[in-house]
Amino acid sequence: MMINGIGVSPGIAIGKAHLLKKQEATLSGVVLSNDADIIAETTKFNNAVSLSVIEIEAMISNYDQSQGIEGLEILETHIELLTDPQISEDVTEKISKEKKNVNDAVIEVIAGAVQLFKNMDDEYLSARAADVQDIGNRLLRNLNASNQTHTPLYEADTIIIAEDLTPSDTISMDITHVIGFATQVGGRTSHAAIIARSRGIPTVVGCGVTLLDIKDGDLVILDGQSGAIIIKPGQEIVEEYRVKRENWLKQTSRLRSLKNTPATTTDGIHIKLLANIGDANDMDQAIGFGAEGSGLLRTELLFMGRDALPGEDEQFEFYKAVALKAKGKPVIVRTLDIGGDKQLPYLNFPAEQNPFLGYRAIRICLDRPDIFITQLKAILRASAFGQLKIMFPMISNIQEVRAAKLILQQAKDELIKASIAFDKNIPVGIMIEIPSAAITADLLAKEVDFFSIGTNDLCQYTLAVDRMNEQIKNLYDPYNPGVLRLIANVIEQGHQNNIEVGMCGELASDPKATLLLLGMGLTGFSMSATAIPEIKNIIINSSLTAAKQIHKRVMEMDRSDLITAYLQEATP
Amino acid sequence: MITKDYIITAAEGMHARPATNLVKLTKNYSSLISLKKGDRTVKLSSLMNILSLGIKGGETISIIIDGEDETSAIIAIDAFFEEELKHL
Repeated sequence: MMINGIGVSPGIAIGKAHLLKKQEATLSGVVLSNDADIIAETTKFNNAVSLSVIEIEAMISNYDQSQGIEGLEILETHIELLTDPQISEDVTEKISKEKKNVNDAVIEVIAGAVQLFKNMDDEYLSARAADVQDIGNRLLRNLNASNQTHTPLYEADTIIIAEDLTPSDTISMDITHVIGFATQVGGRTSHAAIIARSRGIPTVVGCGVTLLDIKDGDLVILDGQSGAIIIKPGQEIVEEYRVKRENWLKQTSRLRSLKNTPATTTDGIHIKLLANIGDANDMDQAIGFGAEGSGLLRTELLFMGRDALPGEDEQFEFYKAVALKAKGKPVIVRTLDIGGDKQLPYLNFPAEQNPFLGYRAIRICLDRPDIFITQLKAILRASAFGQLKIMFPMISNIQEVRAAKLILQQAKDELIKASIAFDKNIPVGIMIEIPSAAITADLLAKEVDFFSIGTNDLCQYTLAVDRMNEQIKNLYDPYNPGVLRLIANVIEQGHQNNIEVGMCGELASDPKATLLLLGMGLTGFSMSATAIPEIKNIIINSSLTAAKQIHKRVMEMDRSDLITAYLQEATP
Repeated sequence: MITKDYIITAAEGMHARPATNLVKLTKNYSSLISLKKGDRTVKLSSLMNILSLGIKGGETISIIIDGEDETSAIIAIDAFFEEELKHL
């Protein structure tokens, strides 16, 4: 049987289910009859607060920092909530004015606060309801004499199944043997999810009531990436996932050891490893994999799957969110790259015989300045919130660059007139993905601040191979000496004109190509975030001097199969 | 009385962690310190109240300080918004 939830902490776990059950707090309905009772109940509350604070302080001093700092910060937040003057005021008021006993007063105040958070439209803040509930439970436990706070010990390879996990559950739990969590409720930003991620424990949340079908001791497979939970799997499936788990364990240990290592060659040349992203969420993942920024923000996501063009404000919010998430790291925003295989039905463009050679990207933007200037203004406005760069796709000649820059200037002028802040020195670059642009890189370099080589299109245009056509798949070959010469020329011209050259196509994430590109002089590699550790591993184990030799050798070879075989051999 | 506006530059807005640190910071001063967003003003001594404002990245808030040590308090709060909140 299989359940699908939300994977919030990646990884594979195979183990025995252990169900966690909660005790519900109940209202007593007691009405206090005199002032002595009111004083007694208020004192009980204050004592319960002190006791709870002492408990958490003990958890803080016993906290194992190697488990990640997140848990510690959550505990400190809990102390603030426990001693919060608003909560204490509300509770004492319920006792003194409404004559409720301390148990009922705490239950009601906490329930009110939990509801307040749950109703917030911000996903993160509504998840804080769990923290308030957590301190409430702690207070109630300390109010009632039955003080069983023993932490249970689990068998090896236990997967915890629960309705929800409070932050305290996840922090205080003896997790030496817990290898996975699954909960009925919760989202990506619940504290259980945050802690699970920081501890690297595969976790699936939001599984719904079907999670109750799992019985204590059932064998369970949990995939924290896809969100799948398989109950009582067959032997074959267990074997399949065992291999996956081993690969995951190996990969994470390598990733962890590399995340904060700078991508510097053995002879001291620093290489920028960047991520290709589609929105602000991707930026988080990118930073998690050690990206130094983004070499390609595809803006198409914002335009697809809707009925009309997004307005300037909506676009601004989108770019701003990315800029903020990047926390000062550079982000290259590529202007609209539709057409080809990415169509927007609501624009009603006629069908074309050859869409990849047709009306697309910058060609549409220059033809429809209304669409273009709206996007440019939105990007410019967002540039006040981070380090953004603008990149034009599908440039085939210098007139297009100049025309695009003219519209950019117009966008800037309009913002200046309206006294709206933006980065006046925002760098402007172009994609090099059309052979004519690669060949005339010397001319284009004088017009822009940077180049980014798009190897996928450059390859298909140079070789006249449709990369979607299965029949000629083997002709699509970025190691073709013709393609390699174009790439080398672009990098060389960039250096001669003192502008940065990066790459955002698939070749940037191909381990075979890393040393060759390094030897050509490429200093920026942008790829899907998950590929970064592997490429970084190659860079830190190689020298630029050796890479230059490899480049020289490759340029002497006349067949791509020999080139790839040689590169395979040369890559550490 | 000192009033100063800040733009929240952290993408996630005023989250539990910075808010906790801000509450702790204000406890070092005897001045009455409040936070205003839109037409709502809350005391900075209550984490619950700060979080309940749901302050998002890009929003502007005002800090209002009134008391004997207000000048040293504003320096500390300035530093907090300059440094801590920027590097979340």
